[in-house]
Amino acid sequence: MNTELWLGLATGVIFGALLQQGRVARFEKQVGAMLLKDMTIFKFMLSAIIVGMIGINLLAALDMIPYSVKPTILGANLIGGLLFGAGWAVMGYCPGTSFAAFAEGRWHAIWSILGMLVGAAIYAEAEPTMRETVMTWGNYGKITLPQILGVSVWLVIPVLVIAFIGLFLLFEKKGV
Amino acid sequence: MKGEVMNNKVSWRPYIAGALLGVLAVLSVYISTNELGKPKFLGASTTFVRAAGMVEKTVAPEHVANNRYMQKEKVKVDWQFMLMVGVLIGSFGAAVLTGSFKKESVPPIWKEKFGSSIGVRAIGAFVGGVVAMFGARLAGGCPSGHGLSGLMQLSVSGFIAMAGFFGAGMIIALLVYGRKEG
Repeated sequence: MNTELWLGLATGVIFGALLQQGRVARFEKQVGAMLLKDMTIFKFMLSAIIVGMIGINLLAALDMIPYSVKPTILGANLIGGLLFGAGWAVMGYCPGTSFAAFAEGRWHAIWSILGMLVGAAIYAEAEPTMRETVMTWGNYGKITLPQILGVSVWLVIPVLVIAFIGLFLLFEKKGV
Repeated sequence: MKGEVMNNKVSWRPYIAGALLGVLAVLSVYISTNELGKPKFLGASTTFVRAAGMVEKTVAPEHVANNRYMQKEKVKVDWQFMLMVGVLIGSFGAAVLTGSFKKESVPPIWKEKFGSSIGVRAIGAFVGGVVAMFGARLAGGCPSGHGLSGLMQLSVSGFIAMAGFFGAGMIIALLVYGRKEG
């Protein structure tokens, strides 16, 4: 195995351990968030995003790393996003947590994994049609929030951090 | 249960695990940029395309070779593929070491609504999986790629995709499982 594969494996082992220890790889936590009954996955994700967005943008500002922004295509992001959300609710797992759930004993996650493999194969067949239709609806390229707002990254980040912490306080107050 | 919220006591577990994941994401991008010459952001759903391609290749190799999307995403074991293998190992290891490994054949919320049949759960989860992965590939990512990596970079696509994920998730979850009392 080369360096790339070893790095992926090492990163994945920690990623998996954190998903398991954060208790987010569980059907009841995923569906609990959608029912606004248990916001564990939001506490986990938003905490990661707070640390990550400060770190990534700091390193990028120092020219130590490049960004890798996914293109904004309104039709694809939104329609794809809604389809994903619908399937996610029934499965109770997202692609990353399905693996972590399977490995911590929730072996029924295998049905979700098999379904997702078939979904990926079907998408590969449908991709030429998608490319000519949905993928052309509202293509704005690789844009970021500070770019479209015309403000500094360091104005957007504090606003988001305060908003996320506000959500945490709300979750804890409501006991969800 | 250990580590769960007890009425008015705050559980720091998801915040700490999440913050550590943020550190891991930043370190991963930094190390991969230096060691591999390209940044590796966390993601999961592209691996399903590659794995599906590998399975298809065993029965119809020429079909996979002629599929533009499979060729674009490359049917091979790469960084993210190994990341997902690592997730299996890390989650299993952490569960065993902390005594939280728990065999479960049907999730409790599902059981309450649809009974304890493994077949019914299998069909529901499979169909959900098909729809979700089609959506993730169309959207260009899942809650890891769009949610974590996208929002960390303040990408507009990440915010739109996450709104779609959660918006539809809430509506369908309400329809499928209903609101619980309390």
